[in-house]
Parts: sequence; C-alpha cells; structure tokens
Amino acid sequence: MVGVEDSHLAGDQTVRINGEIQPWRPHWTVWELLQELEADGPGVAVERNFAVVRRQNLATTPIEPGDTLEVVRLVGGG
Amino acid sequence: MSEPIPADNPLVLGAFRFESRLFLGTGKYATYPQMRDALDLSGCECVTVAVRRIPQNEAPGARFLDYLDLDRYTILPNTAGCFDAESALRTARLAREMLNTDLIKLEVLGDQKTLLPEPLDTLRATEILVQEGFTVLVYTSDDVMLAKRLQEAGATAVMPAGSPIGSGQGILNPLNLRLIIEQATVPIIVDAGVGQASDVAIAMELGADGVLMNTAVAAAKDPLRMARAVNFACRAGRDSFLAGRMDKRMYAMASSPPHGVIGAGA
Repeated sequence: MVGVEDSHLAGDQTVRINGEIQPWRPHWTVWELLQELEADGPGVAVERNFAVVRRQNLATTPIEPGDTLEVVRLVGGG
Repeated sequence: MSEPIPADNPLVLGAFRFESRLFLGTGKYATYPQMRDALDLSGCECVTVAVRRIPQNEAPGARFLDYLDLDRYTILPNTAGCFDAESALRTARLAREMLNTDLIKLEVLGDQKTLLPEPLDTLRATEILVQEGFTVLVYTSDDVMLAKRLQEAGATAVMPAGSPIGSGQGILNPLNLRLIIEQATVPIIVDAGVGQASDVAIAMELGADGVLMNTAVAAAKDPLRMARAVNFACRAGRDSFLAGRMDKRMYAMASSPPHGVIGAGA
C-alpha cells in the first residue's frame, strides 16, 4: 500500500498530524488540511513524510493513509 | 568643533548588514504589545523567532505575527527546542519555506536540564545546512576548539553562550570568550546567559561582534526599561572596545598635576 509507514499496520486508514493520529479521508489534500486548521495564511509551512511541501504544491499534494504531517508556524522564542 | 569619531562598520552576516549589534528574542513577554515595544526600545534590527506546531481548535485571539513589523526587522528563525541534528535540519527547512530566508539560528541541545548544546550534532547539522545553502548562525558553548570547527565548517557566525540559556548568569568564562574572538574569522555573537545590561557591555568590550538576548529583557521587572538599557549597553560596550582600554597599573597615578598645591614649600 502506498504511503504506509512502519508504525502503521497495513490497511490502517489513519494519518498522523502534528503527532496525533487521526482518521484519513479520501481525496484529502494538504491545502484542505490548512484550511481546516485556519492556517492558510502566510507564515505557515508543511512537512509531509519528513520532506517540506513547497508552497506552490500545497493544493495538489494529496494526504494518503499512513502519512505523517507536520504543520508549523512562527511563535515567539529566543 | 570637536574631532569627529569615525563611524563603526556595520555587522555583516551573509547578505545582511546591521547597524545595531543587538539581537533580541521574541519569547516570554507578558503581552505581544510589550514585545513590540521592547523590540522598538532595544534598537535591534534582527529578531529571532521559533517554529512550532499549529495547535488544533485554537481559540481566536491576538496573533504573534501581527505584532512583528516584518518590514522593519530581519527575521532570524531558530531551531530552539531541537535535541538532535535531524529535527533541527527539518525545522530549518520548514523555516526557509515559511519565510523565504536562508538565515537560520541553529540550536541543537543536548540536555533538558542545562539546555547546553550537543557539540557533535551541532557540528554535523552545521555542515549539512551550509551545504544546503543556509546562512548558519550557530549556537554553541564557550568551547574554543568547537567554535573553531564550526567556523571551518562554514558557519556565517558562531554564537557562544555566556552561560546557560535563560540562566541570567552573565559571561562566566571571559577568557574562553576572548580566545574564541581572537581566533575568529567570522563574527562572534554572544548568545544566551546575559542577565542585565552590564553583561551586554562586558561581552562587547571583550570584542564580541554582537549579543543575542531574550530572557534578560522579557523577565526584567520593567522589560521596556531593560530594553532601553541593553540598547545603550551594547553601543557603549562596542565603543569601549573600539576605543581600547588603558593599561592596568599596580599603583595609583594622580590625574591632577602634582606641583603647585597650596601650602607646599617654605
């Protein structure tokens, strides 16, 4: 099965988003996820399976079962 | 008309030039407006920010970026909180995508309790990020030989800690800092440990090219007054370094003429 990580059982229909396991949905894209998180503005970046998703590819990048996603932004820090 | 004092050179970090040699963190302020005002009063031109996961179901409220003037400040993203090279590399790449900048303050920590840098992962991550085209400002301990290795690895600036992050203990090993500065071929920016304005002045008098600080301002009783104090201290310390101090003497030497004091002689 495409996109299945070692940590997921074969046939597992979940994804891991910012460390939390969530049910996968068919025809899901990274861009839709950003809108769900109200994070579709500037100052946001996404990593899918340990590789950065380029800004121009956000809308066309699918979320597949077993994917690991990190959605990040800037916060105050030193 | 007094003789003019020659202007200082700007601090050059890769493609960036700064008149102010003070760098401020953006964490731990009581409010965002307080952060904005502290940055303003510090006179800094470059601020560091962290990268974190976006929480789900966040309550609407004030947003960090609304209080950060991106036209005024150069944003220096950091890898704070990363405890291995891999997560620091991933964070750096995400920051580059987010900000469209090659600037990165690389931090790879070794231990939760001390937050001291992990030297081997720090060096390895520096090598990889340099190879990937990043302008790497690398946080390190005050180890003299590691600082040398990091500059040889292609770091744009080496950032030794004065003392542990957030400890406010000041410059604990001025000798090491001097040795790092003496052998440096890249700018040396003291990062971490500064507790008050005098610590900034001391770092600059030792010959540091800049100072990065956060907690000393944010956790001061009056953060805005401290922001102004460190602004003065940074410029005072730099001028003091450029001016060059007098030689120390064992015994006193009067500043007033020894002759012509009344009541002397017959």
